[in-house]
Amino acid sequence: MAKGKRKCPEVNSSSTADIAFLLLIFFLITTSMDTDRGLARRLPPPPETEDHKDDSDKVKERNVMTVFLNMNDQLMANGEYVNVDQLRTMAKEFIANPYNDESKPEKHTKEIQFFGAVQVTEKHVVSLRCDRTSSYKAYLAVQNELVAAYNELRDELAQEKWGKDYAALDEDQQKAVREIYPQKISEAEPKKYGEKK
Amino acid sequence: MGKFNKTGKREMPALNTSSLPDLIFTLLFFFMIVTTMREVTLKVEFKVPQATELEKLEKKSLVTFIYVGKPTAEFRKKLGNESRIQLNDSYAEVAEIQDYIIGERASMKEEDQPQMTVSLKVDQDTKMGIVTDIKEALRKAYALKINYSAQSRQ
Repeated sequence: MAKGKRKCPEVNSSSTADIAFLLLIFFLITTSMDTDRGLARRLPPPPETEDHKDDSDKVKERNVMTVFLNMNDQLMANGEYVNVDQLRTMAKEFIANPYNDESKPEKHTKEIQFFGAVQVTEKHVVSLRCDRTSSYKAYLAVQNELVAAYNELRDELAQEKWGKDYAALDEDQQKAVREIYPQKISEAEPKKYGEKK
Repeated sequence: MGKFNKTGKREMPALNTSSLPDLIFTLLFFFMIVTTMREVTLKVEFKVPQATELEKLEKKSLVTFIYVGKPTAEFRKKLGNESRIQLNDSYAEVAEIQDYIIGERASMKEEDQPQMTVSLKVDQDTKMGIVTDIKEALRKAYALKINYSAQSRQ
């Protein structure tokens, strides 16, 4: 009978290509390229002459915050044992010196765009020193905290002035903020304080 | 009766495969995009530490990589567990870094040379001694922009 000759109608597949393209576009948009990320730092240029080196050592004691990392990954900042978590607040207080503390870095008045005359702790240095046997992980954690301290200070300042984060400011504004909180982390050559045997 | 015979002959319609190439292309494109091409075969194992204040490495062509970590399993017998430096495809000593950087810089376009960045992919358990030696070598080679590769931590 005619009933048996009934065919299964073919699925119209002309739009599968479109579906495939949609998928492709979806992935294009949602997946971010696996970008390399990291902590950007700038090394000081190599010491040229010996006298030049002496000059840079003449920083007043109150302007320096020394951070030591020993072979057991223990941390000492300004002569005290500290935790990595405490370092950020310590560094922030040191860099900003909000109460004009005698033991914190000295301030100078500086004319800065947008801000006018501001008291700046221009001469401060955070000196980071580690042992040759301390671990890279701990070292990077310390670096991270120090950079975070700077970033937080800059963000706070930017919020106060423009109500935006530092990253959202335009170039001139960022430059002004950077002048108030210049990043000064010195990475001294490590000493061998002791070695694990 | 004849009715049953005819139903037995009914064929299963062939699966339409004309769109299969599209699907495959989709997959292909997908993998092309998410995977970054690896130019070097890694001979060291490393797990980068975690950090929060990360910045993106911007232009890949300006970046030179230095890998530091334990040798991979196949080389471990020969070289032991000590951390090693890898430049391009081979193990290297600290003394070779300076020449390597200078060579890499020379192969860049002149206008890009000042923006050269060195990305340090260092295993988190590495001792700082070796890292410091590398940093000293980089300073001597005037490769001052460096980037400690890290994973983001929430």
